[in-house]
Amino acid sequence: MKHKFLLLGATSAIAHATARLWVQRGAALVLVGRDAVKLQQALQDLQVRAGPQAHLLHAIQADLEDVSRHAALIDEAWQRLGGLDGVLIAHGTLPDQTACDADVSLALAHLHTNGVSVVSLCAHIAQRMKTAQAGTLAVISSVAGDRGRQSNYLYGAAKGLVSLYLQGLRNRLYPHGVHVLTIKPGFVDTPMTAGIGPKGALWATPERVAADIVRAMDRNTDVLYTPGFWRFIMMVVRHIPERVFKRLRL
Amino acid sequence: MTQPTQAWGRMPTPPAKYERPLTDRHTNLPRPSDAQNTLLAHGWGRSYGDVALNPGHTLLHTRHLDRFMAFDPATGVLRAEAGVSLDAILRLVIPQGWFLPVTPGTRFVTLGGAVANDVHGKNHHVMGSFGDHVRALELLRSDGSRQQCSATQHPDWFRATVGGLGLTGLITWVEIGLRRIAQPDVQAINRRFASIDDYWALDAHWMPRCEYAVAWVDCLRGGRGIYTAGLHAGAQAQWRHPPAPQRQWPMTPPLSLVNRASVWGFNWLYYHRPLPPQTLMPWPAFFYPLDGIGQWNRMYGPRGFIQYQCVLPPATMRDASRELLRLIGSRGQGSFLAVFKTFGNRTAPGMLSFPRPGSTLALDFPFQGEATLRLCHELDAVVREAQGALYPAKDARMPGSMFRAGYPDWEAFSTYVDPAFSSGFWRRVQT
Ligand SMILES: Cc1cc2nc3c(=O)[nH]c(=O)nc-3n(C[C@H](O)[C@H](O)[C@H](O)COP(=O)(O)OP(=O)(O)OC[C@H]3O[C@@H](n4cnc5c(N)ncnc54)[C@H](O)[C@@H]3O)c2cc1C
Repeated sequence: MKHKFLLLGATSAIAHATARLWVQRGAALVLVGRDAVKLQQALQDLQVRAGPQAHLLHAIQADLEDVSRHAALIDEAWQRLGGLDGVLIAHGTLPDQTACDADVSLALAHLHTNGVSVVSLCAHIAQRMKTAQAGTLAVISSVAGDRGRQSNYLYGAAKGLVSLYLQGLRNRLYPHGVHVLTIKPGFVDTPMTAGIGPKGALWATPERVAADIVRAMDRNTDVLYTPGFWRFIMMVVRHIPERVFKRLRL
Repeated sequence: MTQPTQAWGRMPTPPAKYERPLTDRHTNLPRPSDAQNTLLAHGWGRSYGDVALNPGHTLLHTRHLDRFMAFDPATGVLRAEAGVSLDAILRLVIPQGWFLPVTPGTRFVTLGGAVANDVHGKNHHVMGSFGDHVRALELLRSDGSRQQCSATQHPDWFRATVGGLGLTGLITWVEIGLRRIAQPDVQAINRRFASIDDYWALDAHWMPRCEYAVAWVDCLRGGRGIYTAGLHAGAQAQWRHPPAPQRQWPMTPPLSLVNRASVWGFNWLYYHRPLPPQTLMPWPAFFYPLDGIGQWNRMYGPRGFIQYQCVLPPATMRDASRELLRLIGSRGQGSFLAVFKTFGNRTAPGMLSFPRPGSTLALDFPFQGEATLRLCHELDAVVREAQGALYPAKDARMPGSMFRAGYPDWEAFSTYVDPAFSSGFWRRVQT
């Protein structure tokens, strides 16, 4: 019996680092990514690492923005592996807040990618796992979803939507033996954040975050702050009274 | 990551103006926004001086180019992106019965960095340098062109890029041939020697018998030391696992901890430590003793340190090395790490490759400003007289004339330099 995992947004740095850890355990994987070339690069890397187990790895090219395809996509992944033990949803964009302030359609597009499309995938997977009465659904949200700040509240709002949706889903699926994990990374040094200047002590590597995710999935954690110190930082940030918070330049 | 990228020697240098991570080997190189600005690839920054720095210009970080592309466990041929580390390779291939044919004294270097410096190990007399095992590589130039190079395909570009100090463009991927092993641990032989003459005798005896050979020398006492040779152990030797998480050097002390007294004490202890003449050693301890403590380079304090590594041709190596040790001992500029190796009699694959027939000596000096530079200058004179050369990967200061004397092919090499690439080292030795 092999562990079977689906990674959505599999070419993202965090998802790829997580896939490497699963491959070390001999797992079977389906990778879903938008860019065919990057997907192929990721698949090759994992196949080399899997060695003789390379045949357990599959890739499906798909644009996750297209929510009308989600049902068929989840079906396909489910059938390729004959069931799924875990799913990691990791696709996303980092919008430029100033550009979004100036262009409403851009703002809505990012909201769709980081919020709506994630909810759609979760809903389809939840149906499947509920019927199977088992499985772990892990979704990358963000500490940015814990409180809106002027510098990135659009991203924060999308992630906040995801976090709150997962709370409800966890509540709904608990009696059915399905585990829902909300992952809240802080700053992670990935290609997505490459444009951000000098990286200080708060920045974590994708490998570190991946190790935390795998452990949290093993242990049925509900909400993972990674690295762990973000739980305390966000506790403080959440408790600043709004009257004070609105004056801060964060 | 709080500070701009530094070299391993940690000497203060002006930072790069831009630092750009590369993530996708299929995309073209970023165009510098100002025309004068140049590019340089930067791997894991294990070069001591400025070959991997580009002060005031652009550094292209290759760490995220870390995907494997293909590995055939039957033939030991591995193809991977240039940012894959030797450590990642060892973790993949050791359990499948393979090992790196050539490895430097740290496994935390990238494939691209190992090729660009054409690094050597303790087995040059058997295996040559890293470039001897490169079957092919892809070179991406700033004009967007890509070519696959090997000993037979665009061989001139291959000879320029192996040992080419990152100046011919970006290496996107590398294909190497590995070597079979029954197991990675090493049957090691240790011998103390009282003088540098005894070293030559030991070397003559053990080099032909062992694949790996290296010596540690106590510079403060005229060249006594410890000779270590080794062979990969046979299939039945007891298997051991790599050690648990490494220790870190905790912080940078305000002053260098490396001074005459501490080096004197360390060298005495090191020379007199219990030394089994014959022993089975775990591979990390044999190949990578320094990797056991992360960031050990911090112990040299905020001013950093200089490594001085030269190669001396066979005709002059005995006299010149004796003279170098005499100079160091008399100036009292201690060096923890004095390492002697003899290179085999073979031509290196790259135009600017450092390995060549003769003997190589590597020394670490805490950087003490003028005094250290003066000592290096005196050592230069000896090396030059002996018709030796300095290793760019370890260098932070050699004058241009010294570089040109040690690397007679530099002029031919210059025609292969990508017009948009440069480095702190390259601009320095042009003058
Ligand atoms: C403890 C220790 C022990 C060592 N022992 C040895 C030894 O025994 N033998 C030996 O030969 N060396 C030794 N070295 C030196 C080390 O092996 C070399 O400096 C090596 O090249 C460092 O690799 P890197 O990935 O850190 O590259 P960097 O130091 O980041 O870069 C080195 C050079 O490679 C170029 N480069 C990097 N990536 C690419 C790319 N993708 N395309 C084109 N150019 C690229 C850079 O521009 C630069 O010129 C040692 C270093 C340390 C710290």
